[in-house]
Amino acid sequence: MSERLYKVRLKVNGKDVEAEVPSRQTLVDFLRDTLRLTGTHVGCEHGICGACSILLDNEPVRSCLMYAVQAEGCSVTTIEGLSNPDGTPGVLQDAFCEMHALQCGYCTPAMIVASHALLESNPAPSEAEIRDAIGGNLCRCTGYKQIVQAVQLAAENIAKGAK
Amino acid sequence: MKAAPFEYVRPESLAEACALLEEHGPDAKLIAGGQSLVPMMAMRLARPAWLVDINRLEELKAISIDDNTLTIGAAVRQCVIERDSGAQANLPLLGRALKWVGHVQTRNRGTVGGSIVHADPSAEIPLVACVLDATLVLKDASATSEVQAREFFFAPMVTAIAPEQCLAEIRFPTWGEARVGCAFIEVSIRHGDFALVSACAQVALDEEGRCIRAALGIGGASPFPHALPEVGEMLVGRKLDELAIVEAAGAAADLIDADGDLHATADYRRHLARVTAARALASAVEDAQ
Repeated sequence: MSERLYKVRLKVNGKDVEAEVPSRQTLVDFLRDTLRLTGTHVGCEHGICGACSILLDNEPVRSCLMYAVQAEGCSVTTIEGLSNPDGTPGVLQDAFCEMHALQCGYCTPAMIVASHALLESNPAPSEAEIRDAIGGNLCRCTGYKQIVQAVQLAAENIAKGAK
Repeated sequence: MKAAPFEYVRPESLAEACALLEEHGPDAKLIAGGQSLVPMMAMRLARPAWLVDINRLEELKAISIDDNTLTIGAAVRQCVIERDSGAQANLPLLGRALKWVGHVQTRNRGTVGGSIVHADPSAEIPLVACVLDATLVLKDASATSEVQAREFFFAPMVTAIAPEQCLAEIRFPTWGEARVGCAFIEVSIRHGDFALVSACAQVALDEEGRCIRAALGIGGASPFPHALPEVGEMLVGRKLDELAIVEAAGAAADLIDADGDLHATADYRRHLARVTAARALASAVEDAQ
Protein backbone atom coordinates (compact mmCIF):
# COMPACT_ATOMS: atom_id res chain seq x y z
CA MET A 1 0.00 0.00 0.00
CA SER A 2 1.52 3.31 -0.95
CA GLU A 3 0.74 6.20 1.30
CA ARG A 4 -0.61 9.46 0.05
CA LEU A 5 1.99 12.22 0.01
CA TYR A 6 1.39 15.79 1.07
CA LYS A 7 3.25 18.77 -0.25
CA VAL A 8 5.01 20.90 2.36
CA ARG A 9 7.02 24.08 1.90
CA LEU A 10 9.08 25.51 4.72
CA LYS A 11 12.35 27.25 5.50
CA VAL A 12 15.06 25.20 7.15
CA ASN A 13 18.10 27.07 8.43
CA GLY A 14 17.25 29.91 6.08
CA LYS A 15 16.88 27.78 2.95
CA ASP A 16 13.58 27.16 1.19
CA VAL A 17 12.61 23.52 1.19
CA GLU A 18 9.80 21.87 -0.71
CA ALA A 19 9.00 18.21 -0.33
CA GLU A 20 6.29 15.60 -0.42
CA VAL A 21 5.82 13.79 2.86
CA PRO A 22 3.57 11.08 4.26
CA SER A 23 1.18 12.66 6.76
CA ARG A 24 2.53 10.56 9.62
CA GLN A 25 6.17 11.51 9.12
CA THR A 26 7.25 13.49 12.16
CA LEU A 27 9.17 16.69 11.65
CA VAL A 28 12.30 15.18 13.23
CA ASP A 29 12.24 12.22 10.83
CA PHE A 30 11.81 14.62 7.94
CA LEU A 31 14.79 16.71 9.08
CA ARG A 32 17.01 13.68 9.63
CA ASP A 33 15.96 11.19 6.99
CA THR A 34 14.91 13.43 4.13
CA LEU A 35 17.07 16.51 4.61
CA ARG A 36 19.93 14.53 6.24
CA LEU A 37 20.22 17.14 9.00
CA THR A 38 21.22 14.56 11.57
CA GLY A 39 22.30 17.01 14.23
CA THR A 40 18.79 16.91 15.63
CA HIS A 41 18.57 13.69 17.60
CA VAL A 42 15.72 11.26 18.13
CA GLY A 43 15.42 10.03 21.69
CA CYS A 44 12.14 8.84 23.08
CA GLU A 45 9.91 9.79 20.12
CA HIS A 46 7.08 10.72 22.46
CA GLY A 47 7.93 14.07 23.92
CA ILE A 48 9.73 13.21 27.13
CA CYS A 49 13.47 13.51 26.51
CA GLY A 50 13.68 16.77 24.56
CA ALA A 51 16.56 15.49 22.36
CA CYS A 52 14.72 16.51 19.18
CA SER A 53 14.28 20.17 20.18
CA ILE A 54 14.43 22.62 17.29
CA LEU A 55 13.37 26.22 16.79
CA LEU A 56 10.04 26.59 15.03
CA ASP A 57 9.54 30.24 14.10
CA ASN A 58 12.26 31.00 16.67
CA GLU A 59 10.55 29.17 19.55
CA PRO A 60 11.93 25.90 20.91
CA VAL A 61 9.61 22.94 20.28
CA ARG A 62 9.95 19.17 20.19
CA SER A 63 10.14 18.05 16.59
CA CYS A 64 8.90 14.54 17.43
CA LEU A 65 5.61 16.07 18.56
CA MET A 66 4.53 17.46 15.23
CA TYR A 67 4.18 16.09 11.76
CA ALA A 68 6.31 17.50 8.96
CA VAL A 69 3.19 18.44 7.01
CA GLN A 70 2.20 20.74 9.88
CA ALA A 71 5.33 22.84 9.37
CA GLU A 72 3.95 24.29 6.11
CA GLY A 73 5.07 27.90 5.83
CA CYS A 74 7.13 27.75 9.03
CA SER A 75 10.74 28.59 9.60
CA VAL A 76 12.79 25.83 11.24
CA THR A 77 16.23 26.23 12.77
CA THR A 78 18.20 23.15 13.75
CA ILE A 79 21.57 22.83 15.48
CA GLU A 80 23.18 23.04 12.01
CA GLY A 81 21.74 26.54 11.75
CA LEU A 82 23.28 27.72 15.00
CA SER A 83 26.93 27.59 14.04
CA ASN A 84 28.62 30.65 12.58
CA PRO A 85 28.04 31.30 8.87
CA ASP A 86 31.60 30.12 8.11
CA GLY A 87 30.86 26.79 9.79
CA THR A 88 32.88 27.41 12.96
CA PRO A 89 31.14 26.77 16.29
CA GLY A 90 28.92 29.53 17.67
CA VAL A 91 29.37 31.09 21.10
CA LEU A 92 27.19 28.51 22.85
CA GLN A 93 28.87 25.62 21.07
CA ASP A 94 32.28 26.98 22.08
CA ALA A 95 31.13 27.40 25.66
CA PHE A 96 29.87 23.81 25.77
CA CYS A 97 33.32 22.61 24.65
CA GLU A 98 35.08 24.95 27.05
CA MET A 99 33.09 23.81 30.09
CA HIS A 100 33.05 20.10 29.20
CA ALA A 101 29.29 20.31 29.00
CA LEU A 102 28.94 17.11 27.05
CA GLN A 103 29.94 13.53 27.57
CA CYS A 104 28.15 11.26 25.10
CA GLY A 105 26.76 14.27 23.22
CA TYR A 106 23.33 12.85 22.58
CA CYS A 107 21.38 15.58 24.35
CA THR A 108 23.79 18.33 23.33
CA PRO A 109 22.20 19.73 20.14
CA ALA A 110 18.86 20.11 21.89
CA MET A 111 20.49 21.58 24.99
CA ILE A 112 22.11 24.18 22.75
CA VAL A 113 18.82 24.88 20.96
CA ALA A 114 17.02 25.37 24.29
CA SER A 115 19.85 27.54 25.64
CA HIS A 116 19.98 29.57 22.44
CA ALA A 117 16.26 30.36 22.74
CA LEU A 118 16.79 31.36 26.37
CA LEU A 119 19.69 33.72 25.60
CA GLU A 120 17.78 35.31 22.72
CA SER A 121 14.99 36.37 25.08
CA ASN A 122 17.03 36.71 28.26
CA PRO A 123 20.71 37.57 27.67
CA ALA A 124 21.61 37.47 31.38
CA PRO A 125 19.69 34.55 32.88
CA SER A 126 20.01 33.44 36.48
CA GLU A 127 21.01 29.88 37.25
CA ALA A 128 17.37 29.08 38.06
CA GLU A 129 16.25 30.48 34.71
CA ILE A 130 18.85 28.39 32.90
CA ARG A 131 17.74 25.26 34.74
CA ASP A 132 14.12 26.04 33.88
CA ALA A 133 14.97 26.57 30.21
CA ILE A 134 16.73 23.20 29.91
CA GLY A 135 14.25 21.48 32.25
CA GLY A 136 12.62 19.74 29.31
CA ASN A 137 15.88 18.19 28.15
CA LEU A 138 17.21 14.99 29.66
CA CYS A 139 20.95 14.34 29.92
CA ARG A 140 21.55 10.74 30.91
CA CYS A 141 25.24 11.35 31.51
CA THR A 142 23.82 13.72 34.15
CA GLY A 143 26.20 16.50 33.35
CA TYR A 144 23.71 19.24 34.09
CA LYS A 145 26.09 21.29 36.20
CA GLN A 146 28.55 21.82 33.39
CA ILE A 147 25.72 22.55 30.98
CA VAL A 148 24.46 25.31 33.25
CA GLN A 149 28.01 26.66 33.56
CA ALA A 150 28.40 26.59 29.77
CA VAL A 151 25.26 28.66 29.30
CA GLN A 152 26.50 31.11 31.93
CA LEU A 153 29.86 31.33 30.12
CA ALA A 154 28.13 31.87 26.78
CA ALA A 155 26.01 34.65 28.29
CA GLU A 156 29.17 36.32 29.64
CA ASN A 157 30.95 35.98 26.30
CA ILE A 158 27.99 37.41 24.41
CA ALA A 159 27.91 40.34 26.84
CA LYS A 160 31.60 40.90 26.03
CA GLY A 161 30.73 41.06 22.34
CA ALA A 162 31.44 37.50 21.18
CA LYS A 163 29.43 36.29 18.22
CA MET B 1 7.42 4.37 16.90
CA LYS B 2 5.27 5.61 14.09
CA ALA B 3 1.66 6.61 13.94
CA ALA B 4 -0.66 4.50 11.85
CA PRO B 5 -1.38 6.08 8.44
CA PHE B 6 -4.03 8.81 8.38
CA GLU B 7 -5.44 11.42 6.05
CA TYR B 8 -4.40 14.94 7.01
CA VAL B 9 -6.63 17.91 6.45
CA ARG B 10 -6.21 21.54 7.40
CA PRO B 11 -9.61 23.28 7.32
CA GLU B 12 -9.85 27.01 6.71
CA SER B 13 -12.57 27.65 9.26
CA LEU B 14 -14.15 26.21 12.38
CA ALA B 15 -17.30 25.52 10.38
CA GLU B 16 -15.27 23.45 7.92
CA ALA B 17 -13.59 21.59 10.79
CA CYS B 18 -17.00 20.79 12.32
CA ALA B 19 -18.29 19.62 8.94
CA LEU B 20 -15.34 17.22 8.70
CA LEU B 21 -16.07 15.92 12.19
CA GLU B 22 -19.69 15.38 11.25
CA GLU B 23 -18.70 13.61 8.05
CA HIS B 24 -16.14 11.26 9.59
CA GLY B 25 -17.51 10.88 13.15
CA PRO B 26 -15.26 8.92 15.51
CA ASP B 27 -12.79 8.21 12.66
CA ALA B 28 -11.69 11.84 12.80
CA LYS B 29 -9.67 13.53 15.49
CA LEU B 30 -8.87 17.20 15.94
CA ILE B 31 -5.25 18.12 16.46
CA ALA B 32 -4.28 21.40 18.10
CA GLY B 33 -0.88 21.54 19.84
CA GLY B 34 -0.53 17.78 19.56
CA GLN B 35 1.59 17.51 22.69
CA SER B 36 -0.52 14.61 23.98
CA LEU B 37 -2.17 13.36 20.81
CA VAL B 38 1.04 12.88 18.81
CA PRO B 39 2.59 10.59 21.47
CA MET B 40 -0.70 8.70 21.73
CA MET B 41 -0.66 8.22 17.97
CA ALA B 42 3.02 7.17 18.07
CA MET B 43 2.12 4.50 20.61
CA ARG B 44 -1.01 3.70 18.60
CA LEU B 45 -3.24 4.37 21.56
CA ALA B 46 -5.02 6.66 19.10
CA ARG B 47 -5.44 5.70 15.44
CA PRO B 48 -7.60 8.32 13.77
CA ALA B 49 -8.24 7.77 10.07
CA TRP B 50 -8.56 11.52 9.64
CA LEU B 51 -6.49 14.15 11.40
CA VAL B 52 -8.13 17.57 11.30
CA ASP B 53 -5.56 20.26 12.07
CA ILE B 54 -7.08 23.31 13.78
CA ASN B 55 -3.74 24.94 14.66
CA ARG B 56 -4.18 27.78 12.22
CA LEU B 57 -7.80 28.73 12.89
CA GLU B 58 -7.62 32.35 13.97
CA GLU B 59 -11.20 32.18 15.26
CA LEU B 60 -9.97 29.83 17.99
CA LYS B 61 -7.13 32.11 19.04
CA ALA B 62 -8.83 35.15 20.55
CA ILE B 63 -8.44 36.31 24.15
CA SER B 64 -11.06 38.78 25.38
CA ILE B 65 -12.01 40.29 28.71
CA ASP B 66 -15.34 41.69 29.77
CA ASP B 67 -16.84 42.53 33.18
CA ASN B 68 -16.26 39.26 34.96
CA THR B 69 -15.17 36.81 32.30
CA LEU B 70 -11.91 36.10 30.56
CA THR B 71 -12.62 34.21 27.35
CA ILE B 72 -9.79 32.19 25.84
CA GLY B 73 -10.01 30.60 22.42
CA ALA B 74 -9.45 26.86 22.57
CA ALA B 75 -6.38 26.94 20.31
CA VAL B 76 -4.57 29.70 22.20
CA ARG B 77 -1.13 28.34 22.97
CA GLN B 78 -0.08 28.03 26.59
CA CYS B 79 2.97 30.26 25.99
CA VAL B 80 0.65 33.01 24.74
CA ILE B 81 -1.21 33.05 28.07
CA GLU B 82 2.11 33.20 29.90
CA ARG B 83 2.92 36.41 28.02
CA ASP B 84 -0.56 37.98 27.90
CA SER B 85 -0.80 40.83 30.38
CA GLY B 86 -4.61 40.87 30.33
CA ALA B 87 -4.82 37.17 31.10
CA GLN B 88 -2.18 37.46 33.80
CA ALA B 89 -3.93 40.43 35.44
CA ASN B 90 -7.45 39.01 35.29
CA LEU B 91 -6.76 35.32 35.73
CA PRO B 92 -3.49 35.01 37.64
CA LEU B 93 -4.39 31.47 38.74
CA LEU B 94 -4.06 30.20 35.18
CA GLY B 95 -0.66 31.85 34.82
CA ARG B 96 0.50 30.23 38.05
CA ALA B 97 -0.79 26.86 36.93
CA LEU B 98 1.10 27.17 33.62
CA LYS B 99 4.41 27.27 35.47
CA TRP B 100 3.75 23.60 36.23
CA VAL B 101 2.58 22.63 32.74
CA GLY B 102 5.21 20.65 30.86
CA HIS B 103 8.29 22.49 29.70
CA VAL B 104 9.06 25.51 27.52
CA GLN B 105 9.09 23.33 24.41
CA THR B 106 5.66 21.83 25.10
CA ARG B 107 4.04 25.12 26.20
CA ASN B 108 5.15 26.66 22.92
CA ARG B 109 2.88 24.22 21.07
CA GLY B 110 0.34 23.04 23.63
CA THR B 111 -3.00 24.82 23.77
CA VAL B 112 -5.38 25.73 26.59
CA GLY B 113 -8.31 23.93 24.99
CA GLY B 114 -6.26 20.90 24.00
CA SER B 115 -5.29 20.25 27.59
CA ILE B 116 -8.95 20.46 28.65
CA VAL B 117 -10.35 18.08 26.06
CA HIS B 118 -7.45 15.66 26.51
CA ALA B 119 -8.53 15.44 30.18
CA ASP B 120 -5.47 13.95 31.78
CA PRO B 121 -6.41 13.73 35.48
CA SER B 122 -3.07 15.19 36.49
CA ALA B 123 -3.27 18.17 34.11
CA GLU B 124 -3.21 21.65 35.56
CA ILE B 125 -5.43 23.61 33.16
CA PRO B 126 -8.48 21.32 33.64
CA LEU B 127 -8.07 21.74 37.40
CA VAL B 128 -8.12 25.53 37.13
CA ALA B 129 -11.17 25.31 34.85
CA CYS B 130 -12.97 23.15 37.43
CA VAL B 131 -11.98 25.17 40.47
CA LEU B 132 -13.21 28.40 38.88
CA ASP B 133 -16.05 26.50 37.16
CA ALA B 134 -15.30 27.82 33.70
CA THR B 135 -17.88 27.51 30.94
CA LEU B 136 -16.80 25.43 27.95
CA VAL B 137 -18.33 26.40 24.62
CA LEU B 138 -18.68 23.42 22.28
CA LYS B 139 -19.55 23.69 18.61
CA ASP B 140 -20.65 21.16 16.07
CA ALA B 141 -21.79 21.57 12.49
CA SER B 142 -25.27 22.72 13.49
CA ALA B 143 -25.26 24.00 17.07
CA THR B 144 -23.36 25.64 19.89
CA SER B 145 -23.72 24.31 23.41
CA GLU B 146 -22.24 25.14 26.77
CA VAL B 147 -21.14 22.89 29.57
CA GLN B 148 -19.65 23.77 32.94
CA ALA B 149 -16.14 22.48 33.54
CA ARG B 150 -17.31 20.72 36.69
CA GLU B 151 -19.76 18.68 34.58
CA PHE B 152 -17.27 17.99 31.80
CA PHE B 153 -14.74 15.49 33.17
CA PHE B 154 -15.89 11.92 33.79
CA ALA B 155 -12.71 9.81 33.96
CA PRO B 156 -9.16 9.85 32.59
CA MET B 157 -9.50 11.10 28.99
CA VAL B 158 -13.27 10.70 29.11
CA THR B 159 -15.32 13.89 28.89
CA ALA B 160 -18.73 15.17 27.91
CA ILE B 161 -17.55 16.20 24.43
CA ALA B 162 -19.04 14.28 21.50
CA PRO B 163 -16.86 13.11 18.57
CA GLU B 164 -18.48 15.66 16.26
CA GLN B 165 -17.92 18.58 18.66
CA CYS B 166 -15.03 21.03 18.86
CA LEU B 167 -14.22 23.02 21.98
CA ALA B 168 -14.29 26.59 20.71
CA GLU B 169 -13.63 28.72 23.77
CA ILE B 170 -13.33 28.64 27.52
CA ARG B 171 -14.96 31.33 29.63
CA PHE B 172 -13.16 31.72 32.93
CA PRO B 173 -14.98 33.73 35.61
CA THR B 174 -12.79 36.50 37.02
CA TRP B 175 -13.26 37.65 40.60
CA GLY B 176 -13.93 41.34 41.13
CA GLU B 177 -13.35 41.61 44.88
CA ALA B 178 -10.71 44.11 46.00
CA ARG B 179 -8.53 41.50 47.70
CA VAL B 180 -8.16 38.30 45.73
CA GLY B 181 -5.26 35.88 46.01
CA CYS B 182 -4.48 32.57 44.38
CA ALA B 183 -1.89 29.83 44.30
CA PHE B 184 -1.07 26.60 42.50
CA ILE B 185 1.03 23.96 44.23
CA GLU B 186 2.17 20.69 42.78
CA VAL B 187 4.25 17.67 43.72
CA SER B 188 5.79 15.73 40.86
CA ILE B 189 8.86 13.56 40.44
CA ARG B 190 10.57 16.17 38.28
CA HIS B 191 9.32 19.72 37.73
CA GLY B 192 7.22 19.68 34.56
CA ASP B 193 6.40 16.00 34.83
CA PHE B 194 2.91 14.71 35.49
CA ALA B 195 1.61 15.75 38.89
CA LEU B 196 1.40 13.15 41.62
CA VAL B 197 -0.97 15.61 43.25
CA SER B 198 -1.68 19.26 42.66
CA ALA B 199 -3.84 21.75 44.50
CA CYS B 200 -5.06 25.17 43.54
CA ALA B 201 -6.84 27.76 45.59
CA GLN B 202 -8.31 31.19 45.10
CA VAL B 203 -9.63 33.33 47.94
CA ALA B 204 -11.30 36.72 48.26
CA LEU B 205 -10.92 38.55 51.58
CA ASP B 206 -12.77 41.52 53.07
CA GLU B 207 -11.04 44.48 54.73
CA GLU B 208 -10.72 42.63 58.03
CA GLY B 209 -9.18 39.60 56.31
CA ARG B 210 -12.31 37.44 56.55
CA CYS B 211 -13.05 35.14 53.65
CA ILE B 212 -15.76 36.32 51.24
CA ARG B 213 -15.23 33.56 48.72
CA ALA B 214 -12.91 30.59 48.42
CA ALA B 215 -12.36 27.97 45.75
CA LEU B 216 -10.16 24.91 46.12
CA GLY B 217 -9.49 21.84 44.04
CA ILE B 218 -7.21 18.80 43.91
CA GLY B 219 -5.71 17.33 40.74
CA GLY B 220 -3.76 14.19 40.02
CA ALA B 221 -5.15 12.23 42.95
CA SER B 222 -8.40 10.98 41.45
CA PRO B 223 -9.67 10.09 37.96
CA PHE B 224 -10.67 13.69 37.17
CA PRO B 225 -9.84 17.16 38.47
CA HIS B 226 -11.77 17.51 41.68
CA ALA B 227 -13.21 20.92 42.56
CA LEU B 228 -14.29 21.15 46.18
CA PRO B 229 -16.89 23.92 46.45
CA GLU B 230 -18.06 22.50 49.79
CA VAL B 231 -14.64 23.19 51.28
CA GLY B 232 -14.72 26.71 49.88
CA GLU B 233 -18.06 27.31 51.57
CA MET B 234 -16.65 26.09 54.90
CA LEU B 235 -14.24 29.01 54.84
CA VAL B 236 -16.65 31.83 54.04
CA GLY B 237 -16.93 34.33 56.91
CA ARG B 238 -13.85 33.00 58.66
CA LYS B 239 -10.43 34.45 59.16
CA LEU B 240 -8.15 32.20 57.15
CA ASP B 241 -5.69 31.46 59.91
CA GLU B 242 -3.68 28.30 60.33
CA LEU B 243 -6.51 26.42 62.05
CA ALA B 244 -9.04 27.24 59.31
CA ILE B 245 -6.56 26.16 56.66
CA VAL B 246 -5.68 22.89 58.39
CA GLU B 247 -9.38 22.06 58.78
CA ALA B 248 -10.10 22.86 55.14
CA ALA B 249 -7.13 20.85 53.88
CA GLY B 250 -8.19 17.89 56.01
CA ALA B 251 -11.73 18.11 54.66
CA ALA B 252 -10.35 18.26 51.11
CA ALA B 253 -8.21 15.15 51.62
CA ASP B 254 -11.22 13.29 53.07
CA LEU B 255 -13.46 14.22 50.15
CA ILE B 256 -11.27 13.06 47.29
CA ASP B 257 -11.24 9.49 46.09
CA ALA B 258 -7.49 8.98 45.81
CA ASP B 259 -6.07 6.43 43.37
CA GLY B 260 -2.80 4.55 43.72
CA ASP B 261 -0.47 3.53 40.91
CA LEU B 262 3.19 2.74 40.21
CA HIS B 263 4.27 6.24 41.18
CA ALA B 264 2.37 6.79 44.42
CA THR B 265 -0.01 4.87 46.64
CA ALA B 266 -3.53 6.11 47.33
CA ASP B 267 -2.56 6.88 50.94
CA TYR B 268 0.43 8.91 49.84
CA ARG B 269 -1.71 10.81 47.37
CA ARG B 270 -4.28 11.57 50.09
CA HIS B 271 -1.45 12.80 52.30
CA LEU B 272 -0.14 14.97 49.47
CA ALA B 273 -3.64 16.30 48.86
CA ARG B 274 -3.82 17.54 52.45
CA VAL B 275 -0.33 19.04 52.31
CA THR B 276 -0.73 20.73 48.94
CA ALA B 277 -4.24 21.99 49.76
CA ALA B 278 -2.92 23.61 52.94
CA ARG B 279 0.03 25.16 51.10
CA ALA B 280 -2.18 26.41 48.28
CA LEU B 281 -4.65 28.01 50.67
CA ALA B 282 -1.91 29.60 52.79
CA SER B 283 -0.18 30.98 49.69
CA ALA B 284 -3.47 32.28 48.29
CA VAL B 285 -4.20 34.09 51.58
CA GLU B 286 -0.72 35.59 51.56
CA ASP B 287 -1.20 36.62 47.94
CA ALA B 288 -4.44 38.40 48.88
CA GLN B 289 -2.84 40.49 51.64
